[in-house]
Amino acid sequence: MDWSLVLNWAFVIALFTAAIRLAVPVLLATLGEIVTERSGVMNLGLDGVMVVGGVSGFLVAYFLQGGPLAGISQWLGLLAGAAAGMLMGLIVAVFAVTLRADQVITGVTLVVFGHGVGNYIYRQQFSSLTARTNGLPVFEVPLLSRIPVIGDILFKHDATVYITVLLVLLVWFFLSRTTWGLNIRSVGENPGAGETSGLRVAAVRYGATLIGTALAGFGGAVLTVVQLRMFREGIMGGRGWIAVALVIFARWKPELALVGALLFGLADAVQYRIQALSQVGRGAGTIPYEFLLMLPYVLTILALLARSNRRGQVQAPEVLGRPYVKGEL
Amino acid sequence: MTAVKIEKARTGQSGALPWLITLGAPLIGVAAGLFIGALLILLAGADPIKAYTAMMNGAFGGKRQIEETLLKTAPLLLMGLGLTAAFRARVWNIGGEGQYYIGALAGGAIALNFADQWPRFILIVAMLLAGALGGALWAALAAFLKIRRGINEIISTLMLNYIAILFIEYMARGPMQEPGGYLPESAQFAAAARMPALSGSRIHIGVLVALLMIPVVYALLWSTPLGFRLRAVGSRSSVARYAGIKVERLILFALMFSGGLAGLAGIIEVSSLHTRLKGGISGDYGFSGILVALLGRMHPVGVAVAALFFAALTIGAQSMHVLYQLPVTLAGVVQAVVVLCVLAADAIAHGKLHRGQ
Repeated sequence: MDWSLVLNWAFVIALFTAAIRLAVPVLLATLGEIVTERSGVMNLGLDGVMVVGGVSGFLVAYFLQGGPLAGISQWLGLLAGAAAGMLMGLIVAVFAVTLRADQVITGVTLVVFGHGVGNYIYRQQFSSLTARTNGLPVFEVPLLSRIPVIGDILFKHDATVYITVLLVLLVWFFLSRTTWGLNIRSVGENPGAGETSGLRVAAVRYGATLIGTALAGFGGAVLTVVQLRMFREGIMGGRGWIAVALVIFARWKPELALVGALLFGLADAVQYRIQALSQVGRGAGTIPYEFLLMLPYVLTILALLARSNRRGQVQAPEVLGRPYVKGEL
Repeated sequence: MTAVKIEKARTGQSGALPWLITLGAPLIGVAAGLFIGALLILLAGADPIKAYTAMMNGAFGGKRQIEETLLKTAPLLLMGLGLTAAFRARVWNIGGEGQYYIGALAGGAIALNFADQWPRFILIVAMLLAGALGGALWAALAAFLKIRRGINEIISTLMLNYIAILFIEYMARGPMQEPGGYLPESAQFAAAARMPALSGSRIHIGVLVALLMIPVVYALLWSTPLGFRLRAVGSRSSVARYAGIKVERLILFALMFSGGLAGLAGIIEVSSLHTRLKGGISGDYGFSGILVALLGRMHPVGVAVAALFFAALTIGAQSMHVLYQLPVTLAGVVQAVVVLCVLAADAIAHGKLHRGQ
């Protein structure tokens, strides 16, 4: 392997820029799942939510980009992704909160459901896989983007990257500094006490689930509308599951989710960049690309290993995944 | 409300449901699933009655169709039976897909290397055993991560799916590629290394192996101490611990058993249908297997019926696609909706039982 191809500024800048971009969809889903799980609801259907968000966003963006709404079509696509995510979230909440069904079983079933619905909708609309959305332009932050290296890596992205960073702050603030956030956390720690002090546990959990799935659906749409600008089966690549893992890695904290998602993004970026190098036929082909593609999944297991201990997940919300029955303490 | 009832509600565990619900919920689920499927067919601009007729004919319309459906039932049945044992212990193996691939690889390695050296009987038995062992060991990785490091098996088995599939794709493109071949696939299995078919039909012994597993899993769960412990751990692991059951060993067994059956499904499918190692050799069996186990109420006989139903949907959807250009993925949607309806019916019945009295 010719190291001079890798050890130069152009490669490093390209690598980290891609890492930040690729972190975005999974980070959005992770943030969403943190909000949901803090309320005590475990939404394992996240990957299905992302697929449904991704296909809905893609279709809206694609079909509007030729019409009078072309200017805002991509944004409408992203919003449609979030809305579709919330529709899935409604199903999640009905099962987890109202019906008090087993959240592991319904979660896994909802993933299969989401994939099936997503693929069905896409295949029903398109017979080929050549449809592309326009995506969003790169927005260079004035002045800051002119800082050497750092400006290139941090301040030359499409708007969804900046929005996601704001959302990390927002979710952190929401959960730790607002009454709504406090309510969500208290029904996740001790729903009985919450109810005694006047909280409607079911309503709070519905809210937290809908917020979470809106973010996951948005994340799925960012991937299909803005980043890959296409949809196909299996396009999510298990990002929803990786987000579920990152929630544990981040110990249910938004700020740590940022770190975890960037690690995932870096693994994904390494994989893309090295593949790009070998395709140009400039050496570096010694590592089979299948092993590069494995990186994000191996990293996910390693990340959990690094944060694990024999006694399991200590900082999980107290009643995570457990349905609430009135009067139970 | 008594303490037991609270405990049941707390874990979300469906306790003993009356038989009416055990049998009624799947029927309601199937009706609801087909109804939603009909709506999707209408949306696609086709006639649901005609489409479903095509589906029925495609799955059961003649000897060839019935054989096709039975062949499709085998891998679903194996997956569903293995997961039945695991889910009974509340061990959530969702890595069936990866275990299937590794099973296909392990059994396939035997097929490619020893087909001309070993007697056919030994060859086939060795392939099946290697497939089961491969799947079991791949699942054991997740068990190890859970027992030693407390890592949730849902996440680890899922990540291992991707790793396994990519590994097979690498092997098929690299070390195991057909000598002189251009495609990313291994050489074709020799005739001796394909599942022997019953005379006069396409049904092969893999289907029989799958059917044989029905009584095996039944006996395991209800006639052995091991099965009792699996079910005890699943119902209440705290109680199981007090009763002196070593939960760790059961987790290992549950994962390896379900992984083993998944691996068996892998080598059976690859040596009868694909006859080569390559990517894309599973029809998402790892995930449909989960739904089969749930729809079959985690009971071997129920699982057999559910596997047949899922196979018929999948095979029938192909005729629907040919005749009315409906996407084959419709089958997947109907399957998931059926199971969601069953889960909802269970939860409602369960809530009524424990609230009303």
